[in-house]
Amino acid sequence: MKRTSWPGRADPLGVLLSVAGGAALALLPFVVFKTNRIVPGDPRGLFEALPAATAATCTVLLALSALVAVSIADAKQRLSAALVGLTVVALAAAAAGNALTPPGNHVVRVAPGAAFWVLLVCLGLMATDAITRMRPGPGLRVLFLGLFFAIAGAALAHGTFDHLSVMREYAVNASRFAHEARRHVWLAFGSLLAAVAVGVPLGIVGHRAPRLRGAILGTLNLIQTIPAIALFGILMAPLGALAAALPWVGELGIRGIGAAPAVVALFLYSLLPIVANTVAGLTRVSRAAVEAARGMGMTDWQVLTGVELALAMPVILTGIRVVLVQNIGMVTVAALIGGGGLGTFVFQGIGQTAIDLVLLGAIPIVALAFSAAVLLDALVEVMDRGPA
Amino acid sequence: MIRLENLSKQYGASTVVERVSLTVERNSITVIVGTSGSGKSTLLRMINRLVEPSSGRVLLDGADTAAEPPHLLRRRIGYAIQGHGLFPHRTVAENIATVPRLLKWTEARIRARVDELLSVFQLDPASYAHVFPHQLSGGQQQRVGVARALAAEPAVLLMDEPFGALDPIIRAKAQEDLLDIQRRFGTTIVLVTHDMDEAFRLGNRVAVMSGGRLLQYDRPAALLTHPADPFVARMTGVSDRAMKLLSLTTAGEVALPGSCQGPAVAASVSLREVLSELLWSGAAVATVVEADGTPRGYLTVAAILAHARP
Repeated sequence: MKRTSWPGRADPLGVLLSVAGGAALALLPFVVFKTNRIVPGDPRGLFEALPAATAATCTVLLALSALVAVSIADAKQRLSAALVGLTVVALAAAAAGNALTPPGNHVVRVAPGAAFWVLLVCLGLMATDAITRMRPGPGLRVLFLGLFFAIAGAALAHGTFDHLSVMREYAVNASRFAHEARRHVWLAFGSLLAAVAVGVPLGIVGHRAPRLRGAILGTLNLIQTIPAIALFGILMAPLGALAAALPWVGELGIRGIGAAPAVVALFLYSLLPIVANTVAGLTRVSRAAVEAARGMGMTDWQVLTGVELALAMPVILTGIRVVLVQNIGMVTVAALIGGGGLGTFVFQGIGQTAIDLVLLGAIPIVALAFSAAVLLDALVEVMDRGPA
Repeated sequence: MIRLENLSKQYGASTVVERVSLTVERNSITVIVGTSGSGKSTLLRMINRLVEPSSGRVLLDGADTAAEPPHLLRRRIGYAIQGHGLFPHRTVAENIATVPRLLKWTEARIRARVDELLSVFQLDPASYAHVFPHQLSGGQQQRVGVARALAAEPAVLLMDEPFGALDPIIRAKAQEDLLDIQRRFGTTIVLVTHDMDEAFRLGNRVAVMSGGRLLQYDRPAALLTHPADPFVARMTGVSDRAMKLLSLTTAGEVALPGSCQGPAVAASVSLREVLSELLWSGAAVATVVEADGTPRGYLTVAAILAHARP
């Protein structure tokens, strides 16, 4: 294992991240102080926001992280340093919120500034780079994810960040937040489940009938090229007409606007990755294994489920992973047509030029998409382990 | 006993198998040999109905196979193919247990059978039962493929170029093992190959196919001594047919009574090997001995040569 190579050879990524982080800390505001939620803010550097001793401690700790990033090759030490850095940045922001907010005042806003975000990105990249170098198994990656959420959740529950602007917005919207978050997940998963239910059989048909394959994949490719907003528009008319013609359909919640066109659009977008990966997965199944399965007296259904789909599953799961991550992001746009979800906060925030409200929607969306990617990647790896 | 009656297969306008009739005796090995495109695999696959005959019928112990649902028929017939076709996502034990599971055997019976077969195929159950196929060598994979085909104790085993993917040394071993297995379980085997040497080594009877037609179906020696047409002669090989004929007879079968001084040869080796031994050692006479070493008789060069002609 290579240990310190500094000062002989500096880690290029470490140098880049340290320079970017250091410059941001020196030149950009760490937090933005606002007297209420929509007025332009007053930028504050780290030393303007925190008592000098605290700010100095934070700076020293961050400098140590940068030193590790530049000079130490060992992945575990790099990860530890990055995690220390992330903790320092998060706690410094929380402390700045506490320090700048007058007691009992719920109107002033202390929002994380540009330096905070740059540091977060730099340290986050350092952490993911270190984790990648460690090549952890799927179980360990899921454990990392769980630990992260446990710590973040504990900090949120404890109220560590309560004086930061995003949490102020949360405090105002707490009941709606839970509802919209559930709706967000439901929209993303519902359209995924529908796409799997339709896409896997369609992929099987495409695999068995090469002449249909071109037509199916061509049509789905075409749908992918339609922008989401345009597709909502296209779906509004037929779904609206359907609800008008058949009142009971409308009572089921299927209307021109709302969740129905959003789910239908996401479903249509989801089909291509599912169908294409099902075809690809089935194509890679050994013909000899299928021939042997039939020759030994498995029924067609047993051959399909026990051999073909079982062997294609890692590739199909990869398609499901693509769709889930894609859907979690795209559900955001559904808020535009009354579909609900966390996008509601994003678009409300944009309308009110309240960036904190945008973040209240955006941060959980990113966290959801990231978690989905980690969990499904781990699942794919576990499923793909047996066969060569 | 397997009986094929006027079996034909057409795909559109092209005839792949044309009016083939033959009978495979119980407990024997029949080898179907032919060039690629001769229809030999299609003929084999019509026996377990992986290919449905266009006309004609297949009788298994007198019963028409068309009367039974194909997947139930196939569970009674072993099937092993080139490249083994093992399921990569299942362990060796699970692969072998495939047909017994389909037949809903009890777990205890399945486990006992899997262990028995692994031992028969010289794979220690403790170290091989729970590994995946890709962890085995090519020869081991092939043995597991045959073990899987024999798992439910089928009376009939169909094999489609089972040794085609093996290198020559492992292939020779696999052929010997197959002969042992056949003697042990008494399975009726129908095997397809393009390799005439393999056909002669394994087959009690050999069926030569070309262009979808059965040219000749006979004992190996008869194919050499009385080829039905020039194609069969070409397939069996004209230039070394005398040596091939010698390789079909064992020393024990034709040893002359009495005893004579000469190098000892086992009764089970072929006349070809005895002749080679005599030529190599310069002796005129070889003593034929049983496996336990007791003398059985003797062979002279002249006596051997007498068997090299029809």
